Amino acid sequence: MAYFLQQLINGITLGAIYGLIAIGYTMVYGIIGMINFAHGEIYMIGAFISVICFTALGLLGITWVPLALLIVLVIAMVFTAVYGWTVERIAYRPLRGSSRLAPLISAIGMSIFLQNDVQLLQGARIKPLQPVIEGGFILTEMDGFAVHLGYIQIFIVFLTVVLMALFSVFIARTDIGRAQRACEQDRTMAGLLGVNVDRTISLAFVMGAALAAVAGTMVVLYYGVVHFYIGFLAGIKAFTAAVLGGIGSLPGAMLGGLLIGLIEVFWSAYFTIEYKDVAAYSILVLVLIFRPTGLLGKPEVEKV
Amino acid sequence: MLKVSGLRAAYGPVEALQGVDVDVDAGEIVALIGANGAGKSTLLMTICGAPRARSGRIEFDGRDITRLPTFEIVRLGIAQVPEGRRVFPHMTVLENLQIGATPAEDSYFDDDLDRVFAMFPILEERRHQSGGTLSGGEQQVLAIARALMSRPRLLLLDEPSLGLAPLVMKRIFEIIKEINESQEVTIFLVEQNAYHALRLADRGYVMANGRIVLKGTGAELLADEGVRKAYLEGG
Ligand SMILES: Nc1ncnc2c1ncn2[C@@H]1O[C@H](COP(=O)(O)OP(=O)(O)O)[C@@H](O)[C@H]1O
Ligand SMILES: [Mg+2]
Repeated sequence: MAYFLQQLINGITLGAIYGLIAIGYTMVYGIIGMINFAHGEIYMIGAFISVICFTALGLLGITWVPLALLIVLVIAMVFTAVYGWTVERIAYRPLRGSSRLAPLISAIGMSIFLQNDVQLLQGARIKPLQPVIEGGFILTEMDGFAVHLGYIQIFIVFLTVVLMALFSVFIARTDIGRAQRACEQDRTMAGLLGVNVDRTISLAFVMGAALAAVAGTMVVLYYGVVHFYIGFLAGIKAFTAAVLGGIGSLPGAMLGGLLIGLIEVFWSAYFTIEYKDVAAYSILVLVLIFRPTGLLGKPEVEKV
Repeated sequence: MLKVSGLRAAYGPVEALQGVDVDVDAGEIVALIGANGAGKSTLLMTICGAPRARSGRIEFDGRDITRLPTFEIVRLGIAQVPEGRRVFPHMTVLENLQIGATPAEDSYFDDDLDRVFAMFPILEERRHQSGGTLSGGEQQVLAIARALMSRPRLLLLDEPSLGLAPLVMKRIFEIIKEINESQEVTIFLVEQNAYHALRLADRGYVMANGRIVLKGTGAELLADEGVRKAYLEGG
């Protein structure tokens, strides 16, 4: 029971991180019907920017944790958002209206480019970070097994819940959110009603990237290391999460992220760690067989 | 007000408009009729920049709008009720109207909302219902109301009566006349239902195979032997 509880805590923490990345996939897919394969790299860049910022703040002597966290989060979100915006401008917008294959290839190219870019600038070795949020407490102790809850885990889950709630309200209530949903449902019609469609699409990339940046900061704080290759794996997991939850659905991305995190952690804990990724994909395949639109996906709107 | 000259547009290799000339003056109701596939919808969409014109010129109030992006054209005062209505199915009636108000100043919103609710009480009743659950007639009314929320000076209507029961259809034509008379909105109307459209319109154009083949006042076209044969009898 204690062991189970521990895995639950770890799984929710990991799931929060996947969920934040998955939102970027689902928003971009919802609006332009395309998987942004460079999104995992965007998250990786967010993680690198965080490490660099934390190190720089340490050198500047800013060590009060809440302030340092806030500064790093803001800087990572802003810079990563600029990356997200640029990727759309360079790799996708010029190809809009062409075949479906062209932007796909362009996306993969962009992803490789960003990976190599970071590898060249930052080196191929693993980059470590001094722990920033240390400690935690023992939740309970059962059968000689202590259930540990780290402050970092509380921080990750709390921040994720707050961001997701704010973001959901933003999409549901504001003009920008409404324009996002209108473009999702019928881009041409949104344009005919005066919505600046290109800008709305850019904003989807920007918002997705900013949330991925937060995930990047969290992962750096959680694991204390970053590597130019992390974007690929996390990207695929988060993409799987988005599809599992129902691609295009915001609550679906959050739920999918949580499930993928839990599956991965529980599988490693109770079966073998080697097959944890296979487990996640098997669940995905099963869900798609019985619910092709994913858990919370809406059936495709019939376009007139 | 609207002046289209030598307009050509295409979807890939399909030339849908092959040199179209159309004029619409302020305050008029102008009807455009023609068989399926003639290019009527394409003309309305090209006026709004989607698809973009291959060649030719579109002027609105003397200003060349041929190369402007769609959202800027719309912000100049042109609204469209497109073929098939295209109501946002997963948004409420109110949200559909809010999106429609995008080009208008925010300060007008409350008054404009009252105005369309007064015109179409059914929309007020259904304001929190999602667009996809409305009946065909209700969706048509919503699409018109949504277009009016932008405070257009020129309203482009594409087959507003399509698929509606005769009574609802009659009501839609009345509404179009009301909008034109009391709100001083100029109307360019595409219709399959040539008889109703030409009776309503000041002037009309007949289109075939991407070209204008005939034009005249509503009464002239109604009396024209060719028009009667092609679009009125048995149609
Ligand atoms: N989205 C599209 N893609 C390709 N061809 C189209 C498209 N829309 C219309 N067409 C073609 O353009 C021509 C004109 O169509 P349209 O403007 O819809 O005619 P109408 O509204 O008069 O029925 C037709 O031959 C039609 O097949
Ligand atoms: Mg048509």
